[in-house]
Amino acid sequence: MSEEQIRSLERQFDERISRDEKIEPKDWMPEKYRKTHIRQMSQHAHSEIVGMLPEGNWITRAPSLRRKVALLAKVQDEAGHGLYLYSATETLGISRDEMYEQLHTGKAKYSSIFNYPTITWADMGAIGWLVDGAAIINQVPLCNTSYGPYARAMIRVCKEESFHQRQGFEIMMKLANGTPEQKDMAQDALNRWWWPSLMMLGPTDDVSVHTEQSMKWKLKRKSNDDLRQQFIDQTVPQAELIGLTIPDPDLKWNEERGSYDFGEIDWDEFWQVVKGHGPMNKERMKARVGAWERGEWVRDAAMAHAEKKRYRSEKKAV
Amino acid sequence: MSTKNWPLWEIFVRSKNGLEHRHCGSLHAADSDMALENARDVYTRRNEGVSIWVVESKHITASNPENNGELFEPAQDKVYRHPTFYDLPDEVKHM
Repeated sequence: MSEEQIRSLERQFDERISRDEKIEPKDWMPEKYRKTHIRQMSQHAHSEIVGMLPEGNWITRAPSLRRKVALLAKVQDEAGHGLYLYSATETLGISRDEMYEQLHTGKAKYSSIFNYPTITWADMGAIGWLVDGAAIINQVPLCNTSYGPYARAMIRVCKEESFHQRQGFEIMMKLANGTPEQKDMAQDALNRWWWPSLMMLGPTDDVSVHTEQSMKWKLKRKSNDDLRQQFIDQTVPQAELIGLTIPDPDLKWNEERGSYDFGEIDWDEFWQVVKGHGPMNKERMKARVGAWERGEWVRDAAMAHAEKKRYRSEKKAV
Repeated sequence: MSTKNWPLWEIFVRSKNGLEHRHCGSLHAADSDMALENARDVYTRRNEGVSIWVVESKHITASNPENNGELFEPAQDKVYRHPTFYDLPDEVKHM
């Protein structure tokens, strides 16, 4: 195809998206669109899968059966979300194995938030309330994104996600209204998860490299800074309601803007964790790669069993 | 490293009797029995279905969007296939 033909196809493609038409797997698309979507969608899937690890840590130690079934269901949902997203990404022509390979070798990233440890039960509350809260803010606009399979997966994910946030908030609320020790535990979890949750919404607009192109393709509908402000404005009153303090001395309601002003985010910490130097990066990858390798004989055995069954039924048919 | 990967299956779910099965995504499984079991866990955790179909993806033949013109445009100028094409006097009710 000549360069001019490609430019004309790209123009038609952009026009389709600006008319709110969806792009489906077999449609022509610019290589950059395909690559960008494979990157974002697979990293989104990896985040769901790695995101099971910090919470899986507490399933056996949940303080009651009610908490245990809820946490189990939440972690199972995250496995499901990972699978919806992997299967949507496969429609762009990358195989599941290639994606796993990229995750396991560190070529593909996942959300940095999962590189922090979960050291107390209150962390289950903070993750559901803050981490899932921030994830919902990120994900809701994606239900309208331009790539059909991604948008459909996100609709399912968003429908299921709101229980996650509520179960986390309920845990925090119970602890905050409990004994002084329990309240301290909740406050400690909020102190540790608050800033990483703000970082989850991505670098500030002036340094974010993908924003403009992603806006055009509707991979992003609002800028990182707008999403972060939205998250802060909705979360601060929730903390007040249960008597916990947001660990930011500069946090102040700004009457004029109708929003909260907030303190400086430690972006050095963010980049350190992204580059692999967070408290749990190595541990997470070890757990993930270990599970994959230890499961290999099971995958092989299932395949061998399926082949044997097929062979026998074919022989019977002769 | 495994030499054989589990094949890909397309999953169709009927949300309740009276409605058609609808495509809802895909998953990997060693065989059709496992595809059904996995589909139950992945796509019907909240009562989204009363019946599941699984089809190995390689068995699906799909039309190519590049041929959409010759496939679908001929229907566009056949307005006489629609009831509004026919002129009837106002006196005729219920037709």
